[in-house]
Amino acid sequence: MAVEICESDADLIRRAQDGDRAAFGFLVERYMKRAYYSALGLVGSPEDARDLSQDAFARAYRARQTIDPDRPFFAWLYQIVRRLCFNFNRDRRSRREKLRDASLWLAEEAEARAPAPGPSRVLEKSELCRTVRQAIEELPEREREVLVLKEFEGLRYREIAELVGIPIGTVMSRLYTARKHLAAALSRTVTVRQGEESGR
Amino acid sequence: MTTRDDSRRLMMAALDGEINPDQRRQLDRLLADNPDLRDEWERMGRVKEVTSSMAYREPPEEIWQEYWVSVYNRCERGVGWLLMTLSTVILLSWSAWQVIAAMFADSAMPLFLKLAVLGVAVGAIILLVSVAREKWFVRRKDPYREVIR
Repeated sequence: MAVEICESDADLIRRAQDGDRAAFGFLVERYMKRAYYSALGLVGSPEDARDLSQDAFARAYRARQTIDPDRPFFAWLYQIVRRLCFNFNRDRRSRREKLRDASLWLAEEAEARAPAPGPSRVLEKSELCRTVRQAIEELPEREREVLVLKEFEGLRYREIAELVGIPIGTVMSRLYTARKHLAAALSRTVTVRQGEESGR
Repeated sequence: MTTRDDSRRLMMAALDGEINPDQRRQLDRLLADNPDLRDEWERMGRVKEVTSSMAYREPPEEIWQEYWVSVYNRCERGVGWLLMTLSTVILLSWSAWQVIAAMFADSAMPLFLKLAVLGVAVGAIILLVSVAREKWFVRRKDPYREVIR
């Protein structure tokens, strides 16, 4: 088993194209977390992200004969994931469903790493995180996609450009616009907070 | 000459650690000369600080254990649906043909009813062929087929 898992993507793809389902299974296990988190960043709901990412793998399996084994598998799979997610978001909007609460899929991870701050600082930090999470939910999906790939998946600009199929300059422009939106949301929160404190 | 787009991109590259020393010096000069840009840089820095302290919530471990099985079931069910749909179409077409043939063989049936049935059958075939041809044409020629609608 371990030997097979060490196989390259290209070899696994070729085996899957020859009808070896187990080889495709190894590909799924190799990329399931990336596919899941990519979908999560786009749709914001763990259940939907699992469903859509699994659907993307099933579609990839059906279209396996069209995969070029010499090109990166995940970049190809990501196109299916994002298309499914964008379509899902469009249908969800057309059904006038509310977007999910981002606290379902984003957590504050630095709490465990940072030295313990005072209670008021914790409260302030939580409030800022909540503001940013809400602002992320309100971003247009193209900007949100780039922001999520950068901030939560830790990809470099070149990798994002390849995955999304846009120039690096566009990646940076979308990031700027997304962060500007988040900065405006943060400023509003800070202003309200300062107003409350001066009123006391 | 640095445009506004350039300065924005320099800020993003600096925040994300993808800036080279020359660009860094360029950004520092711009920040020193432009108070508005300095304010924006500080706001962006705060955003980066908050987003850097956030991460995806991890799902329960069972998800990963059952993941491939779910994908496998979907693949299998896809084949099942395809077979069932194709077989249903064949069975329905054959049944319709049998019914129409029996009606035309029945001399007691009025001619206008036979013509009406014939009209329904021919109309359905024309509609089916037309839609299939349009879909096929769009699939081949649509320049926007890669665009997500």
